[in-house]
Amino acid sequence: MSRIGDRARRTLAQARVVGEDLAEAFNAVWRRSLQLRVVFSTLALSTAVVLVLGFVIQTQIAGNILAAKLDDAQRQIDSGTALLERELASVDPSREKAKGELNNALDQLTNAGADDASGSPTAGKFRAVLTSTSDGTSDFVGPLEYVPADLRQSVAEGARALRYSTIEEQGVEIPTMMIGQPVRTANGDLAFYLLFPLDSEQRTLGLVQSTLIVGGLILLLLLAGIASLITRQVVRPIRQAAEIAERFADGHLDERMPEQGEDEVARLGESYNEMAGSIQSQIRQLEEFGALQRRFTSDVSHELRTPLTTVRMAADVLYASRDELLPALRRSSELLVTELDRFEALLADLLEISRLDAGVAELGAERVDMQGVVSRAVEAVRGLADESATPLELELPAGVYADVDPRRVERIVRNLVANALDHGEGRPVRITLAADDDTVAVLVRDQGVGLRPGEAGLVFNRFWRAEESRARRSGGTGLGLSIAIEDARLHGGWLQAWGEIGRGAAFRLTLPRTAGDTVTSSPIPLGPDDRPGADVRAPEAVGSVPTPPSWPVVAEIPSWSEGDDVDDLDDLDDLDDQPVLPDDVGVPSGDIR
Amino acid sequence: MKSRVLVVDDDPALAEMLTIVLRGEGFDTAVVGDGTRALPAVRELRPDVVLLDLMLPGMNGIDVCRAIRSESGVPIVMLTAKTDTVDIVLGLESGADDYVVKPFKPKELVARIRARVRRTETEPAEQLSIGDVTIDVPAHQVVRAGEQIALTPLEFDLLVALARKPRQVFTREVLLEQVWGYRHAADTRLVNVHVQRLRSKVERDPEHPEVVLTVRGVGYKAGPP
Repeated sequence: MSRIGDRARRTLAQARVVGEDLAEAFNAVWRRSLQLRVVFSTLALSTAVVLVLGFVIQTQIAGNILAAKLDDAQRQIDSGTALLERELASVDPSREKAKGELNNALDQLTNAGADDASGSPTAGKFRAVLTSTSDGTSDFVGPLEYVPADLRQSVAEGARALRYSTIEEQGVEIPTMMIGQPVRTANGDLAFYLLFPLDSEQRTLGLVQSTLIVGGLILLLLLAGIASLITRQVVRPIRQAAEIAERFADGHLDERMPEQGEDEVARLGESYNEMAGSIQSQIRQLEEFGALQRRFTSDVSHELRTPLTTVRMAADVLYASRDELLPALRRSSELLVTELDRFEALLADLLEISRLDAGVAELGAERVDMQGVVSRAVEAVRGLADESATPLELELPAGVYADVDPRRVERIVRNLVANALDHGEGRPVRITLAADDDTVAVLVRDQGVGLRPGEAGLVFNRFWRAEESRARRSGGTGLGLSIAIEDARLHGGWLQAWGEIGRGAAFRLTLPRTAGDTVTSSPIPLGPDDRPGADVRAPEAVGSVPTPPSWPVVAEIPSWSEGDDVDDLDDLDDLDDQPVLPDDVGVPSGDIR
Repeated sequence: MKSRVLVVDDDPALAEMLTIVLRGEGFDTAVVGDGTRALPAVRELRPDVVLLDLMLPGMNGIDVCRAIRSESGVPIVMLTAKTDTVDIVLGLESGADDYVVKPFKPKELVARIRARVRRTETEPAEQLSIGDVTIDVPAHQVVRAGEQIALTPLEFDLLVALARKPRQVFTREVLLEQVWGYRHAADTRLVNVHVQRLRSKVERDPEHPEVVLTVRGVGYKAGPP
């Protein structure tokens, strides 16, 4: 038993699930299809209208039929009564033979009614009952048993009375209209009843009803069809417009709506096309401007290179023999060389950015051991770390392979570490490599000044400056982190920043291990407890923490140097505090070669 | 004897500066400012190294490079302002041995040039072979099946480096250091392009190499002797 119950319950549950699914599917279609909604509302409203209309029509017809019948019946009973009064004027209903008399009278009455050819009103088939009312049930002719008691009562009281009732004859129920009329004779009162079966009227009404129902249903179906057709006419261009707009939004800027006729749909198409046209031309223009600008940046960078090379070589020649120069000239040659390094780094970064902007940068992905890549990047900036006496803590597990462009990843890590050294205030910088099945991540964490709220999103901005007073050592160009984030993007990865005043900052690079994948999570937390507030994802964040060069910080107000006397320019030796970039370290955000 | 460098560059200031620097480093220099005159100058002056700017009037640097390479194995170092992979690979494929991207430091340039002329200095007498290819190191000759194969000095160096340690796998970085003289790993595309060029000369079927084998994910090694 219980098993059957279980099965039933399970079936029920399944049915409920199926039902819910269906309801949900229907809901979805309902929400999404204007046509369905219009058809449905039309159907609902017209059903109500048809129902009301059908009810009214049926009531009207039934009322009219009954009224006509009643009219005829009244006339029939009037003439019947007159006849009876004439025929039975001398009959004493209490007599023995009265029954025969009554029968004769009734026969005459029914015959007169039946063969009435004179055009007098007739109420169709009827049956008559004649009975005396003086002492109850003494004599009667006709089916008196069908006449209800209350009708007899009313007639006995001397008034014409009307009743509707259903009589049952041979198992068939027949609705009947009964009219009773007292007939006065000399010898006493008689009650005269006419029974009009209403079955033909009922049949007529039934026919009317079924006609109405069928007609109503057909009407409803037609209405639904018409509504569907009409809505379709309106909805189809709308759907078409939606599809075209979607394709347009996907970048098919040549998509246009067909313009036919002069109706509203055509106007919609026309204005849509106008809009699309102006958007297209705007986009084209912007693209052109962008392309021009990018080409300009690229051309300028290239054109600058040849003279820069000459200047660079000339400066190096001067620098090589600086020991033979006067102090001011010597210092000048040193500054020349140092600043040329910066200039070159900036130019290389500009070119790289313009290449990334133009989308011509390509990902030279190969399967590499991430440990090697990160180690090389760290070694490249080890000189800077030594200079600021910053301990580098490395946590680089071996054997983490990933499909990446080693040059780009090396550059990203180099930029991140150089940035951490710049802002780490000499406190340890930790570089952690971690991986899971799909991604590999490098976290660079410093214990320096940190970032103010909101700055985590700004650090990747081009030429963005953190607080002015910060010491800078790497002589970065201000484009390092911008290039880094573009490089990360090129890999389909993330570069995220976290920072808090006094607690330091963290930069996390997360890359997919397989080229072409996307990153959905990182194997290593970003902040100290991975708070989401700092979670600036690569696609949203743009920018860079810049490390523009420090102007020489002169402790006291410098005194005026006298005239042209070169010897007095020795004051400039104060500037020796300024760090000179070591030649062999290279600039963190160097070019890919 | 001083090494001779032919500078092919249309920018007079840069050409003059190159001359100053190279003379200071003990090279003899000659300058040609036009691509069309580069090949005659190579024929006439027989330089030890050609320093070729890729952006030249008259004749494109790439075409000049091909023209020189078609009749001489002289080491070619190209100067380029373009760092895009396509440009550099195109330059290397047209026959340049090495490249320097503007703006370069004089030391860097001199190091590259020295690396190209260095190999002419001392060579121990030795005979090497990979498969059916035999290499006569002092004579700079490579012979396969009795037929001599013409290699540029760089390709020859590359082949010798591989052949000297037959079972060792060389990473691209190691090859860069040994053959090109780069102290720090720079651009491994150099290696890739020149291995392709070498293969096209020494292999029977460059699609299925037997002399210079690729070790996937690591680098290259010589085929069995």
